Amino acid sequence: MTDLINAIWTYVSTRPTDHGWLGWLIPTTLQALAVLLSLLVAQAFLMYFDRKVWAAVQMRKGPNVVGPFGLLQSFADLLKFVFKEVVIPAGANKPLFIVAPILTFVLALVGWAVIPVGPGLVGADINVGILYLFAISSLGVYGIIIGGWASNSKYPFLGSLRSAAQMVSYEVSIGFVIITVLLLVGSLNLSDIVASQDRGMGMLNWHFIPLFPMFVVFFISALAETNRPPFDLPEAESELVAGYQVEYSSTLFLMFMIGELANIVLMCALLTTLFFGGWHAPIPGTPLDDLPVLWFGLKTVFFFFLFAMVKAIVPRYRYDQLMRIGWKIFLPLSLVWVVLVSGLLLAFPAIADHFQSWRN
Amino acid sequence: MATADFLLDYLPILVFLGIALALALAFTFIPMLIAPNAPDAEKVSTYECGFNAFDDARTKFDVQFYIVAILFIIVDLDVAFLFPWAVTLFNPTLGADRAFQIFAFWSMFVFLAVFAIGFLYEWKKGALEWR
Repeated sequence: MTDLINAIWTYVSTRPTDHGWLGWLIPTTLQALAVLLSLLVAQAFLMYFDRKVWAAVQMRKGPNVVGPFGLLQSFADLLKFVFKEVVIPAGANKPLFIVAPILTFVLALVGWAVIPVGPGLVGADINVGILYLFAISSLGVYGIIIGGWASNSKYPFLGSLRSAAQMVSYEVSIGFVIITVLLLVGSLNLSDIVASQDRGMGMLNWHFIPLFPMFVVFFISALAETNRPPFDLPEAESELVAGYQVEYSSTLFLMFMIGELANIVLMCALLTTLFFGGWHAPIPGTPLDDLPVLWFGLKTVFFFFLFAMVKAIVPRYRYDQLMRIGWKIFLPLSLVWVVLVSGLLLAFPAIADHFQSWRN
Repeated sequence: MATADFLLDYLPILVFLGIALALALAFTFIPMLIAPNAPDAEKVSTYECGFNAFDDARTKFDVQFYIVAILFIIVDLDVAFLFPWAVTLFNPTLGADRAFQIFAFWSMFVFLAVFAIGFLYEWKKGALEWR
């Protein structure tokens, strides 16, 4: 333990500029602030984009009053949330009631620390990035189940139970899908996973081609994992009013909303990283190769667009059907696929060498 | 010291955690300061579609939720065992020879087969049926 503390101290006091621990802390803090603030601002516009897509599918106009084309709608919403009264139900468990949205919000934002948005542009370039994200998204269940339990009301309670069961069910198929990607890459580091998809042929090297069924499973599991329609049963308004959020008001509700959206965008970023080549351009050799962050953003927004379209088009699932898909279709399918991928790579070492060739 | 070096890459996560926590606390306390606060008995009562709450919300619930949670722990542990295997199996920098790869593949195959038998058993037992 003391060794570790000493090591941490040496690190913060020497890296990267030898200007003492402030020389480490200030740039790191600025970097983290830049990531989180741009994420939050991007989310405001993604929320607007989501509503616009939804409106367009239903031949409505969507938000169009605040600012040009309604672009500032999300910021108006934010102000409105901030000026609303905080209502805490008399029967609620007050500390837990307040902790739950904070937990959801913090966990959703912390996951972004390991997402590489460009070569070298990553908050914490850790060796076990994927495992870390896996852990963070598992912890996300707590925020919802604590919120539902602390409200001491029937709808939030049922909503949080449903949400917890649903999130853990789809977590397992996400786990197996990640394993298939890892078999091809041989590294848990997210930057390595992105780098492995650049073997000179642009988008033909991206993992969504060899692993297409797993890509689909991951996409659908991501919808369920983030309680997104058509799997938004925890907040199905026809049955549970608004699920675990019923008793929440003001910014406590806002934090649940931001956390949920941050998780959705995180899933889009993860789809981009695992299957769509991260920051790489789809066609190599053009001047656009030099815009990694742009490509990353475009791909993430593309997946968010798909999420929004699914929300607008697909009717909601029934709960037993949802569980059936998760446990009886996705889990066996992804399990078989893990054996299949590893078996193929073992039987044909040339294929394995081909996928590992990014190391040279 | 040298062995703990890789842990130092994790420090930026603490910075992220700190900023996210600060944002969350700001969000929590700003409306408590600037928003109106006038609770009354009706406002802070439990929402139940206009009725007064019939009884406590923390009552019995379907055992199926427990079963799903238990199954999740088993399967998730299984996935956790697969992670190191998947990372190292075909990694050329580790210098595993072909015989070792074949051995590693079949040992994991047996492990997954045992898991699959358990999974089929719980399927046949009806643990996955949602009634």
